Amino acid sequence: MTDTGRMTSTARPPLSTARPLLRVRDVAMAFPGRRRGTAPVRAVDGISFDVAPGETLGLVGESGCGKSTTGRMIVRLLEPTSGSITYDGRDISHLSQRELKPLRRELQMVFQDPHSSLNPRQTVARIISDPLLTQGSSAADARKRAAELMDLVGLIPEHMDRYPHEFSGGQAQRIGIARSLATSPRLVVADEPVSALDVSVQAQIVNLMERLQQELGLAYLFIAHDLSVVKRVCDRVAVMYLGRIVEIGDKHQVYAAPAHPYTRALLSAVPLPDPAAERARERITLLGDPPSPAAPPPGCTFHPRCPKARALCRTEAPLLRIAAPGEGREVACHFPEAA
Amino acid sequence: MTAPQLSMTETHALLSVRDLSVTFATKRGPVRAVDSLSFDMHRGRTLGIVGESGSGKSVTSMAVLGLHTGAEITGSISLDGQELVGLPERELNRLRGRRMAMIFQDPLSSLHPYYTVGEQIAEHHRVHFGSRRSVARRRAVEMLAEVGIPEPERRAGEYPHQFSGGMRQRVMIAMALVCEPELLIADEPTTALDVTVQAQILELIARLQEERGLAVVLITHDLGVVARVAHDVLVMYGGRAVEQAPVDALFAHPAHPYTRGLLDSLPRLDDADDAPLRAIPGSPPSLLAPAPGCAFAPRCARAAAASPSERLRCETERPLLSGPAGLPQVLDSARTGGTPLAACHFPGFPASEGVAS
Repeated sequence: MTDTGRMTSTARPPLSTARPLLRVRDVAMAFPGRRRGTAPVRAVDGISFDVAPGETLGLVGESGCGKSTTGRMIVRLLEPTSGSITYDGRDISHLSQRELKPLRRELQMVFQDPHSSLNPRQTVARIISDPLLTQGSSAADARKRAAELMDLVGLIPEHMDRYPHEFSGGQAQRIGIARSLATSPRLVVADEPVSALDVSVQAQIVNLMERLQQELGLAYLFIAHDLSVVKRVCDRVAVMYLGRIVEIGDKHQVYAAPAHPYTRALLSAVPLPDPAAERARERITLLGDPPSPAAPPPGCTFHPRCPKARALCRTEAPLLRIAAPGEGREVACHFPEAA
Repeated sequence: MTAPQLSMTETHALLSVRDLSVTFATKRGPVRAVDSLSFDMHRGRTLGIVGESGSGKSVTSMAVLGLHTGAEITGSISLDGQELVGLPERELNRLRGRRMAMIFQDPLSSLHPYYTVGEQIAEHHRVHFGSRRSVARRRAVEMLAEVGIPEPERRAGEYPHQFSGGMRQRVMIAMALVCEPELLIADEPTTALDVTVQAQILELIARLQEERGLAVVLITHDLGVVARVAHDVLVMYGGRAVEQAPVDALFAHPAHPYTRGLLDSLPRLDDADDAPLRAIPGSPPSLLAPAPGCAFAPRCARAAAASPSERLRCETERPLLSGPAGLPQVLDSARTGGTPLAACHFPGFPASEGVAS
C-alpha cells in the first residue's frame, strides 16, 4: 500500500499568473465574546492570499493563530465577518447555503481526526458516496464511483461495505480523502490531515495527497502545525500569528531564510531527528506563550515575545509588504531579517 | 547537552526492569501491552522511550509507578534495589512523589481545579515530609521560581485555569520535583504544547535533570524530541523493545528495520530534496492477535527482500534483543558508547556483514 513507487515526478504545473483559483482579501472573523459586554474575539484579523490552480499553500502557526478558522471560512462552514473570499472569480463570502450547494462540488475538506469525521453507523461506500448523492447522483452511480475512489486512495474496493471502526487510522484518513474527492473538487482544504496519525503512517498519507494532486490537478490549502510536513507538501507557505499572516512566500525562501523573527523562532524550535545537528544548531527560544486573541497586545502582536522588538513595534502594527525587491515573499515586520 | 560520562564501574542502576510483561483482560481476550521488557536506568541520564500508539511505552511507565489496577504484571521492577512489583499500595504511595514522580501530557487534567497551584504543590511536601504549612508553602514558591514561573509568590495563589498550557506544565514539573525524587517519568510532556513552548519545556527538563542528577524517562512519539534531550533510546513496537542504543548510535546507524524505516519516512526540515517520503507500508500491529514471530515482519522491507526460509524465521521465531555478537543482553543506560541492541534476525549493525538492507 505504499505510494512511493507510484509517484513519477515531483514537478508541479507552473503557477499561473492569471486568475487564481482562490482569492482571499482582508478576511476577518470575529466571534462574539463569551460574556455579554466583552469584546468580540478576532480569531482572524484581516488576511489576504491567493491559491493558484494545482498549487499547495501551506498555512502554519500555533494553536489559536486562526489557521483552522481560515480553512473553515474558505469552505464556508463559517461566514467571514468582513473581507471577501473569491472562488474562481465569484465572491462566495456571503452566499447562502442553498447558493453554496453547487460550489460544494469544487471545494472540499479533509479533517484532522479521521474517525470522528466519519459516521460510525454508515458503511464506507455510503460515506464516500454521500457527497455524490447530495449532488443528485443515482445510488448505483455513486456506489460505482465509491469503488473507483477507494482504489484511487489505496483501499480495497471489496471493503466498501465495512464500517469505519474496521479500519486503522491511516486507512480511515484514506476514506476521508476519498470522500473529499468524490465530486472531483479543484480545491481541497486539509486541516491537519496527518497529525492524528501514527508517525509510521503519516508518510503514506503525505505521499497519497501528493500523488492525487499530480493525477487530478488539485489545489490544496494545507493547514498544519508541523513545519516539517508543510515543507514537504507545499509550494508556498503562509505563517500565521494571532489571526494575521506574518510571512508568506515561496517555501524555499521562507524555510531557507525566514524574514520574520517569529518564523525564525518557529523553525528553530522544531526538534530535528538528528542528535549531532541538534547539539550544533543555534536555537532561538521565545519567552512566554502565544497571547490570547481575546486580548491581543498593541502594535505588532508578536512584540512581547520578539527578541528584536523596539519602541515602534509596541505602538504600530506592521503591514504585510514585499520583503526584498524582486522577491515574491511578503513579511509583516518593521525590522525584517535580511535575506 | 553532552552525555555525562559514567565510569563503567558504576553499575548500580537506579531503576532496573527485568522481563516486565503487562497483560490486560479485555472482552476480546487478553492483551499483552508490554511483553518481556528489560532495561536499566542510572542517575543523571535520560532514557527516551519512543513508539507509536499501542507500542506499550505509556503502559511501561504506568507499571513502574504501580498505577495499573486490574492488569496482570509479571517480571521485576526494582527501584534502588527495592522490588516494586507486588508492593502494597501503602508502600507504593510512600515512594510515588517521594522517590519517583511523573508528569503527563495534559497538565490541566492532572491538576485539581479547586485548589491553588501553591496549595497543590505544598500538599505533596506536607504528605511526604510532614512539614509545617508555612514551610511547605515556602518550598512551593521556591519550586515555582526554579521552574521559571515569573512572580512565583503571587502565582502560587492562583488556580490552574489562570495558567497557560506551558506554564501549567511548569507547575506539574514543580509539583513532581518538590519532594526531590530521583526518578522522573515524563509521558509525552510536550505533545499538547505549541512548538515554541515545547522548546522551553524541553530545555527546562534538561536543565533540572543536570542540576539535580535526575534519572529521566521521557516517553514520546517524536524522534526529534528524543534527539534533543535523550542520552539513550529505547524503541518499542507492538509491546516489545525492538532497539536500544545510545542516542548518537541510534540515529547514525539504526540497526532495526523499524527504526530505520521511521527515520527514513520522516519529513525533515534540514532535508533539501523533495523526493517522495519513503513510507513504511501497512499499519501498527493489533495486540489482540500478536504475531508469533517478529511483530514488525508484515511491514518489514528486510523481511520482504529475504529468502523464503529467512522470511519464515521472521514470521515464526521471535527475535531477542541482542548486540552485534548475537548474544542476548540487557539494555543498560550506563553503557555509554556501548553496543546498540536490536531485536531482529537480520539487524543492520554498522560493521556486521550479510545485512539484507
